[in-house]
Amino acid sequence: MSKTPAIELTGATKRFRTPSGALHTAVRDLDLTVAQGEFVAVVGPTGCGKSTTLTLVSGLEEPTEGEVRVYGEPVTGIDPKVGFVFQQDAVFPWRTVLSNVMAGPRFRGVPAAEARERARDWLGRVGLAAFEDRYPHQLSGGMRKRVALAQTFVNDPAILLMDEPFSALDVQTRALMSDQLLELWAGTGSSVVFVTHDLDEAIALADRVVVMTAGPATVKEVFTVDLPRPRTVEAVRLEPRFVELYREIWASLGEEVRITRERGAGRAA
Amino acid sequence: MPLETETTSETAPENAVPGAGKPPAVTTRTEARQRAARNRKLGVYGARVAVLVAFLGLWEVCARTDVIDPFNFSQPSRIWDQIWQWITHGTAQGSLGEQIGYTLYEALTGWVIGVVGGVLLGIALGRIRFLADVFGPYIKVLNAIPRIVLAPIFLIWFGLGPASKVASAVVLVFFPVFFNAFQGAREVDRNLVANARILGADNRKVTFQVVIPAATTWIFTSLHVSFGFALIGAIVGEYIGATKGLGLMVAAAQGTFNAAGVYAAMTILAVVALLTEGLLTFAEKKLFRWKPADAGDGR
Repeated sequence: MSKTPAIELTGATKRFRTPSGALHTAVRDLDLTVAQGEFVAVVGPTGCGKSTTLTLVSGLEEPTEGEVRVYGEPVTGIDPKVGFVFQQDAVFPWRTVLSNVMAGPRFRGVPAAEARERARDWLGRVGLAAFEDRYPHQLSGGMRKRVALAQTFVNDPAILLMDEPFSALDVQTRALMSDQLLELWAGTGSSVVFVTHDLDEAIALADRVVVMTAGPATVKEVFTVDLPRPRTVEAVRLEPRFVELYREIWASLGEEVRITRERGAGRAA
Repeated sequence: MPLETETTSETAPENAVPGAGKPPAVTTRTEARQRAARNRKLGVYGARVAVLVAFLGLWEVCARTDVIDPFNFSQPSRIWDQIWQWITHGTAQGSLGEQIGYTLYEALTGWVIGVVGGVLLGIALGRIRFLADVFGPYIKVLNAIPRIVLAPIFLIWFGLGPASKVASAVVLVFFPVFFNAFQGAREVDRNLVANARILGADNRKVTFQVVIPAATTWIFTSLHVSFGFALIGAIVGEYIGATKGLGLMVAAAQGTFNAAGVYAAMTILAVVALLTEGLLTFAEKKLFRWKPADAGDGR
């Protein structure tokens, strides 16, 4: 494992100026390394700055201090190796399903015929081949999410950033989507950073689970998930080792959640 | 669409009753519902026509019995005679078709120029912060001027021909379109822009393939209103001074105390405006196939 890490954050800090003019620190002195081909889940209390970490890696935002490297190169602007699945719907409503999946390759200058072929291939893999002529508003939430996955995977990203991608879905759909994600990912060898507030989801999917502190976010503890792959979400949940890990991680995460809640209560009072 | 789903969902449980011989009852119920919908539609149309007939009839009767002075207020039969005379014998300025054609030509030219200018500048200022900061105050000042008073100035600048009418149509059309395009470009969903950038779009592609499509909803709302403004611009321009056009006909009729002529020209104008509005709605439906059918769900 002497390969360059896929992602390296060293001492990354991000401050925003809030509309009222005050400085808000979203991420503080964050160190995180993700190896090539590794699946890392990031859990933390709501609003602690998990998503900000992803925007730093993607190049959508620059860190105020510290450094972000992707495959050893400092991040300046958006890296073509990166794919990003957003929490909210971000498919283009005025494009058909096929055209949405073709968007990435087309933006990158791939000829239309080849882009169409690749898009059809990925639509087949997410099970939407029959829906290529539909518009997003004609699909269910789960189907739109699959379009988003195909749209991201079609670019062959070496690094896949996912910001609570399934949080808007119902529980059953979410489990199906998680399994599908594992399947799609297995063939690609890409590195994944998966932000979630659902610890179940985190353990079921990831090789390592990173627990963030209450905001401003920094890494509190990292747990290695030594469950064998291939996994299916429903089955892995019942394994004793899963429960053990859950208890261990929750002990760490629960404390941060409590701190966040007390702060919220303090603010409300 | 919602009506259909409602019908099927309500009939489904009845179908499920085993061997009760229900299907005929279901069809009659569906039929009854369709008939009711049809009747309601007929009722609305009927009432509309009744309102029009009552209004025109009352006007006609009042004018004939001298309750209102037909010289000032005219009466529907005279207006119709006037329109018919224009259609069959032409107007003092030439054939009626030619006048309508002139006005439409001026309004359309002004509208196209105003819309293109408004959309281009709106998107540019919406996308480029620096331009917005520099030109923002000037545009506000220009917008504050009651632009219809510019029509006489345009007459002096561009003469009696179509150019002065086109100019007044342009200034009326430009601002609403500009503000809508600007707002539309500003309020594009940030997730969509971020997604496009991650997928590999450069600034130009974000503008053309994300910002502009997203802003079309905003722009189209302004197109409806602004075509009306273009017609107003053309008519007012013609009214002040022209050699051809519907506005000139209004002015000419007014000059000869021909009230029926004024109303007749207005009627023709209303018909023209309604027809073009219909065309615009048709184009909009074609363009917005990607939008959910029920209004208000988009935003």
